[in-house]
Amino acid sequence: MDKNKIIELKNIEMEFDGERVLKGINLDIHDKEFVTLLGPSGCGKTTTLRIVGGFVTPDKGDVFFGGKRVNDVPPYKRPVNTVFQKYALFPHLNVYENVAFGLRLKKVSEPEIARRVGEMLELVDLKGYDKRGVNQLSGGQQQRIAIARALINNPKVLLLDEPLGALDLKLRKEMQIELKKIQQRMEITFIYVTHDQEEALTMSDTVVVMKDGTIQQIGTPQDIYNEPTNAFVADFIGESNILPGIMHRDRLVEFAGNNFECVDGGFDPMEPVDVVIRPEDIKLVPASDEVLNGVVENVQFKGVHYEIIVKAYSDTWVIHSTKAPEVGSVVGITLTPEDIHIMKKSDVKKVNYFKSDYDDAEGSDIEQQI
Amino acid sequence: MNSKSKYVAVPYLAWMVIFIVVPLALIGVFAFTTTVTCDMEGNMLTDEEIAEYEAYCEEEGIEPEYTERTIFTVQNILDVSKYSSVLINSAWLALIATVICLVIAYPLAYMISRMFYSRQKLALMLVMLPMWMNFLLRTYAWMTLLEKNGLINKFFGLFGIGPFDMINTQGAVVLGMVYNYLPFMILPLYSVMTKIDDRTIEAAQDLGANGLQVIWRVVVPLSMPGVATGITQVFVPSVSTFIISRMLGGGTNMLIGDLIDLQFLGNAYNPNLGAAISLVLMVFIFLCMSITNQLDNEDMEGVLL
Repeated sequence: MDKNKIIELKNIEMEFDGERVLKGINLDIHDKEFVTLLGPSGCGKTTTLRIVGGFVTPDKGDVFFGGKRVNDVPPYKRPVNTVFQKYALFPHLNVYENVAFGLRLKKVSEPEIARRVGEMLELVDLKGYDKRGVNQLSGGQQQRIAIARALINNPKVLLLDEPLGALDLKLRKEMQIELKKIQQRMEITFIYVTHDQEEALTMSDTVVVMKDGTIQQIGTPQDIYNEPTNAFVADFIGESNILPGIMHRDRLVEFAGNNFECVDGGFDPMEPVDVVIRPEDIKLVPASDEVLNGVVENVQFKGVHYEIIVKAYSDTWVIHSTKAPEVGSVVGITLTPEDIHIMKKSDVKKVNYFKSDYDDAEGSDIEQQI
Repeated sequence: MNSKSKYVAVPYLAWMVIFIVVPLALIGVFAFTTTVTCDMEGNMLTDEEIAEYEAYCEEEGIEPEYTERTIFTVQNILDVSKYSSVLINSAWLALIATVICLVIAYPLAYMISRMFYSRQKLALMLVMLPMWMNFLLRTYAWMTLLEKNGLINKFFGLFGIGPFDMINTQGAVVLGMVYNYLPFMILPLYSVMTKIDDRTIEAAQDLGANGLQVIWRVVVPLSMPGVATGITQVFVPSVSTFIISRMLGGGTNMLIGDLIDLQFLGNAYNPNLGAAISLVLMVFIFLCMSITNQLDNEDMEGVLL
């Protein structure tokens, strides 16, 4: 057993109004780890976080903190603190009193409180805001207060429930960096819930991809991005082309009317599979008989690259390229074997090229188009 | 504001002037005036002069003739002090009723506000249901319950206890106030409590607050506006009620409301004194309310300071 394992979830099941929102969650969380629970809305990520926080008790399964079962321990006795989605600051208290709340409950002496509140406000870059009412602060500032209010209690684990959901893009980027810094400086575990794959990849040590109450994949951001275990993960983490294919034998796959060399194996001969290809891995070349040819249907400028929609064979491809071909022109598509990821057939069929990197600042979840 | 929307306010303004400002002014006029008897030249007559004149008329066998004049006086207001014990008694009973209402309503409102939404509606309907019944009927019902031969004494009689004197006591009056005005305490409390975000309460728990600490440090301060409104809505009708004290207090516990009623419709007909008492009561209530509001404001700002 891992000795720096700090939280364990074992076979967690949860039902709300007859709907199973968690279907057997097994998850180990380690000391000083930045873990992100990532998934579309309704995947059970927030419920998982609330189970760790103690706000809901799982129907089945056990929660362990440092090897001790804590299913029935109420939130106020758990060594974790939470940063809530909409901050949930106390509107009747000023900044100082909001941050001091936890210490006051522990009957910490007044000079000690003053010292630690000062430290915390400095940590979140809000020195001198002590006397402000929390409703006078901007969203970003309120967010920092919520973080300071949680961290002042020296939790072993900080739970963050889509904390940046309500912030605008620029502020969100800044806070991502800042949160990571705080986590490293405080040397504590962060469990972070988000639906934003970019956020998850930027900050995490470990990403837990969830869907429909089950864990799809646990791994480092690189693993998740480069080696997704199934088409859902591939599609949710960044954009992907997911094409139906047939595995002829190890390292040879047929899709889009052609046979391609690949690096995967271990499938049955002639097994139908999903072929996942990242848009940025595809190279566009002049059309020729040597390569797969397609017609350019649409070109959109995305800043760093163009997003090109190509109809080739019977499939629609999303391709990222720094050069823009003309709409209606015929282009050739080339792939290297390493770019072709073969996955067991799953129910994800549609390429989700409508999904923007960021949804609006309301913090609403991305709706997966499955 | 554009010119059209200005006119929208006119009916409301007219309403307020006719039914609020004018009656208030009339009360003021009545409170500070009195009608005096004068001779035919309009000279004010003292009681001795009237007695003298009447004796004279009787001797002469003529009808005494007077005129009347309304004059400004503060005597009515000063006379109110004679009834200060009634005012104090009214305020005392209303205060007790308000405190009891608060004690009953606070936990109830909190529980309702934390229920599932569909159950909240049901619970609120049950709270309001008695209010749909006629006020007099409700109070009459209590009379039959509390009477010497009432249901409650009969019930005790089954066990060989009692009968107790329940009706025509101050306790019965307070009971009537609590029963009739409890919904006015529950509703404002519920409406502020239901606005307290569940996450705020969870945040307090998360930071180490147990059940009582959550109530004391988060729910109570955030519900102070509702407390202030509830206190006002129970205290004001309680302090000026006359039906409850007449029906359940049996006239032995005269309240300020009864006293005013007596000046207008009763034997002691004296609208000037009645208006003066009303005015004093209004000022008294106004003072009480400004204290309540002050408490509320201080609670909200005290922590900001």
